[in-house]
Amino acid sequence: MSRISATFERLRASGRKALIPFVTAGDPDKASAVPIMHALVDAGADIIELGVPFSDPMADGPTIQRASERALKVGTSLRDVLGFVSEFRTKNATTPVVLMGYANPVEAMGLEKFTAAAADAGVDGVLVVDYPPEESEALTAQLRARNLDSIFLLSPTTDEARMESVGRLATGYVYYVSLKGVTGAASIDLTEVAEKIPQIRKHVKLPIGVGFGIRDGETARAIAGISDAVVIGSRLVQEIESSPHDKLLANLGSLVAGIRKTMDA
Amino acid sequence: MQMHDLPDSKGHFGPYGGVFVAETLIHALDELRTTYESLRADPDFVAEFEYELKHYVGRPSPVYFAKRLTEKCGGAQIWLKREDLNHTGAHKINNTMGQALVARRMGKKRIIAETGAGQHGVASATVAARFGMECIVYMGIEDVHRQAQNVYRMKLLGATVVPVESGSRTLKDALNEAMRDWVTNVEGTFYIIGTVAGPHPYPMMVRDFNAVVGRELLTQMPETIGRQPDAILACVGGGSNAMGAFHPYIPHEEVRLIGVEAGGFGIATGKHAATLCAGRPGVLHGNRTYLMQDENGQIIETHSISAGLDYPGVGPEHAWLKDTGRAEYVSITDEEALEAFHLMCRLEGIIPALESSHAVAHAMKMARDMSKDKVLLVNLSGRGDKDMNTVATHSGLTL
Repeated sequence: MSRISATFERLRASGRKALIPFVTAGDPDKASAVPIMHALVDAGADIIELGVPFSDPMADGPTIQRASERALKVGTSLRDVLGFVSEFRTKNATTPVVLMGYANPVEAMGLEKFTAAAADAGVDGVLVVDYPPEESEALTAQLRARNLDSIFLLSPTTDEARMESVGRLATGYVYYVSLKGVTGAASIDLTEVAEKIPQIRKHVKLPIGVGFGIRDGETARAIAGISDAVVIGSRLVQEIESSPHDKLLANLGSLVAGIRKTMDA
Repeated sequence: MQMHDLPDSKGHFGPYGGVFVAETLIHALDELRTTYESLRADPDFVAEFEYELKHYVGRPSPVYFAKRLTEKCGGAQIWLKREDLNHTGAHKINNTMGQALVARRMGKKRIIAETGAGQHGVASATVAARFGMECIVYMGIEDVHRQAQNVYRMKLLGATVVPVESGSRTLKDALNEAMRDWVTNVEGTFYIIGTVAGPHPYPMMVRDFNAVVGRELLTQMPETIGRQPDAILACVGGGSNAMGAFHPYIPHEEVRLIGVEAGGFGIATGKHAATLCAGRPGVLHGNRTYLMQDENGQIIETHSISAGLDYPGVGPEHAWLKDTGRAEYVSITDEEALEAFHLMCRLEGIIPALESSHAVAHAMKMARDMSKDKVLLVNLSGRGDKDMNTVATHSGLTL
């Protein structure tokens, strides 16, 4: 069983939902990358989504784009990100890590080389934002061969036929993007999410994570009530952006711990 | 499937093109593709488009023999397809008119567009005014400064220009920002992409609307000189004017198709925008194509004296035409383009766009080594009124 499936099994057994923080690797600098990952786990993260910085993050809002720009400014490459995961794995063998990013850095490395290196580093799943199912065949085949999970997005505009095709390809969990827009935009429509989740469950037999527009513990708790996992990104990236360097880990840790506590209450 | 009939049903031109976007945009693209596929075969829609091209855009645009420029080069004849004479001063309006008509059929009342030089922004603002639609134009703040006149022109036409301060603050960032607007406001908004790039169906649709240029040439050249030209030359940034001229000629293998990219300070300096000449395939802005990128797959900043060619990607059909050898791609430096610009002004009384000047410059280079019975047809994609400040600054003048 993959680390991701094992994590969801364990959570199900204890009646809890997964908290999945997203941060951009290399933001604000390379030296902070691994300490941030450990801080997230210590604060209650069940899975880490690690953003691979890209120069043109079309599906992200200004907050995560700035994080990408900061990470690129200090020269963070996909190779570096894989290095962060390797280093993280020397102290943590249980928390799944999902790489989330755009196609071009992955293609520049080469799909085969990338998936082999990702497996070696201890990566558990990969989400390439601009690979919809139609264009992802080559990557999913490579990931499957290495026992890595293929994470896919579903959106409010995804129809049932597409849910079914995503259901066939996806492994690990699926990520429901709960609003129309880019990351960090507006806030979430709980009623809409509550209506959509049962529809997705008909076609996708995997845990469903919900993200985009979740900014506090209360919303996280509401989402946890109707889904299997809560993804929080922009709010954490904002904390990284606004924290003085020496307070970064403490601030991020207490923010995530607070969300965890409210979510589980 | 013949090369001329591409893309396939999923938007692929060989290994290029496709739909590389986040799930949030898939529905909108499906809707657009379905609508456009039915409209392109609908005689009423085609007639409406042709009516607007004739009476509003001012088509057909003439072909013109550049006699004094030809004499100056002393070789092959240089002919010009006068897209600079279109309403708004460039080929861009062929496409914006077509897409505005599609938007109307889809009941969308809000138009968004990205722009580099400002020509596509002006052409979008123009058709939005013509049809009473709201228009938002995203423009890199660097370009807002470089193209102040076009910014004002868009405002006069009732559009809102949004300066983009992210990334390299040029065309590619304006495109990112327009995509973000679209994904957020997808229901009532139509995104008019200005070149033959982006996710399917854009590369096909933008090509189809610009292909009026090549179709006119197919009849105009035999009428004027009794045969087809030996080569067609066009500048290539994203590649819409070139694709429009090239596409109807793909089956006419006796006609060479030559795309001229922006060589900037020279390919060897790395400061250029000659994507097909010096880039590598990758994925950006919804399609697979040649890109200017570093070894880690990050998109790198390009340079060209002409804002309209200053783009790190290129239309996927050009990538395929390059790989198959049906079209050739070359580059012309800033200096060479400027020289051609000045010669065109003085010898022909035509002030060309700096973009189009690249194609003129390469035609001049070629003509010198060719006999006088050969014919080079340059797609003069736009006029240079917008470039007065750039050219003056380069000559050390302030207007």
